[in-house]
Amino acid sequence: MTDTPARDVDAMIAEAVGRVAPDADLTSVGDDDLLTEQLDLDSMDMLGVLEGLQQLSGLTIPERDAPKLATLAGARAYLIARFA
Amino acid sequence: MAEFRMPSLGADMEEGTILEWRVQPGDTVHRGQIVALVETEKADIEVEVFTDGVVADLVVPVGTKVPVGTVLAHIGDGAPAPAAAPPAAAPEPKPAPEPAVAPEPEPEPSASRPVSSPLVRHLAEELHVSLDRVTGTGKGGRITRADVERAAAHPTRPERRPKVSPRARRLAARGGEPVVEAPVDPAVEAALALTPTPAPTGVPAPVPAPAPRVSRRQAVGRVMARSKREIPHYYLSIPIDLHDALAWLDARNADRSVADQVLPAALLLHAVARAAAQHPLMNGTFDAAADAHVPSDHVDLAVAVALREGGLVAPVIAQADTLSLDELMTALKGLVMRTRRNALRGSDLVPGTLTVTSLGDASPGAAGVAQMFPVITPPQVAAIGLGAIREEAVAHEGLLGVRPVVWCSLAADHRVSDGRDGARFLAALDHLLTHPDALGAHDD
Repeated sequence: MTDTPARDVDAMIAEAVGRVAPDADLTSVGDDDLLTEQLDLDSMDMLGVLEGLQQLSGLTIPERDAPKLATLAGARAYLIARFA
Repeated sequence: MAEFRMPSLGADMEEGTILEWRVQPGDTVHRGQIVALVETEKADIEVEVFTDGVVADLVVPVGTKVPVGTVLAHIGDGAPAPAAAPPAAAPEPKPAPEPAVAPEPEPEPSASRPVSSPLVRHLAEELHVSLDRVTGTGKGGRITRADVERAAAHPTRPERRPKVSPRARRLAARGGEPVVEAPVDPAVEAALALTPTPAPTGVPAPVPAPAPRVSRRQAVGRVMARSKREIPHYYLSIPIDLHDALAWLDARNADRSVADQVLPAALLLHAVARAAAQHPLMNGTFDAAADAHVPSDHVDLAVAVALREGGLVAPVIAQADTLSLDELMTALKGLVMRTRRNALRGSDLVPGTLTVTSLGDASPGAAGVAQMFPVITPPQVAAIGLGAIREEAVAHEGLLGVRPVVWCSLAADHRVSDGRDGARFLAALDHLLTHPDALGAHDD
């Protein structure tokens, strides 16, 4: 698999979040902040974000991995590791 | 020739604007098909036709605001005239067609959406921001609340506007609004619609349209006052130990992809719908003229959904008692997505037979609200309030342990049932949620 630069992963995350919360401002979110807290997402929103990431990345994200994607840094690391 | 009229999509709706026609003259349409996108004060709503036929002409052009009841289009028969199609003057409490129950959350047709929501336009008006000069950063160039706020802040000194997180902004925006007030919304408005309320005579029509928040407030106030005036409520509540249910759900979800995951919220609604189907006194409507309960064959569950812009609406999952757990999750997801995207359909806003208000998701770290005592939405005969799922000290098999617990409250109409009936209903709910295998058995 071709390597996926971090910025592509970032764009993917931004797109997935934007689908669920068009008004969300990712620039206000620190790498280690919980997305749910910083963006005021509930569990239904967060599920939507993960579904979006699944669609955009083409990966299957099992539910047991969901906690690994709770922060920007976590989501980034997870996606890059899965693409590697 | 049937007339397709501007539907009433809420009791406070007096007029609507055609944003899009999805059909052209000559097109064949089917009952339930979405033919137009209508903007109301509250949301953009996809509107269905209630007859089969062929579009003869479109009377009202795109961009035109017209009062409720105005003929928007004519639908020709193209076939021998059947038992005259009812004019769609109001959203009819039709039995929603099966497929409408569990739609896939569909991708937003961004190209055809307006570039800003009514709520954002309202904010822009308040802040005196011209939307022409705002660059949309949302999906498909949609102008978001943050864009408008940025544009409003720009001409002034930047220090005046400390950078705040969207969450903080939203909390601030919600500040004046207690959470409990809203669950009612469309269900409430549907209730209002059923009782022809005289136009508010004492209110002189102001030149600018009244702010939507005010009219929603008033609509909620009127319905809640009517509810408390007319319905002798009694209240019961029960803590339900969710240890087994959540363990069962976790195991069920573990190897599924996130797309097939079922959230605890769906499990709770599933159980409520099943319990209500077993206890018909908690479901249906009250006919004041006949002074009698009108039971319903199915459970049309009105569910409060939070709007990201603030406020809540309560769209309906039709025949929720007939859905499997997975189907209910899909229906709930679709409802939530459509609500959040401002793309509710007329069929989402049919009257419910039972309303559930959930204060479900507590913020991480916060314990969450334990109990929630709902006010019945007339003409319904009961309402369910679900607290947050919280860790509590619970006596279980003679030992004290810490287990996840949800408090389920019931408000019911004493004209229809007694506390004993309500207690049986809650016991059934408890049984379902403490025996999850039986609850999910239909699916697997």
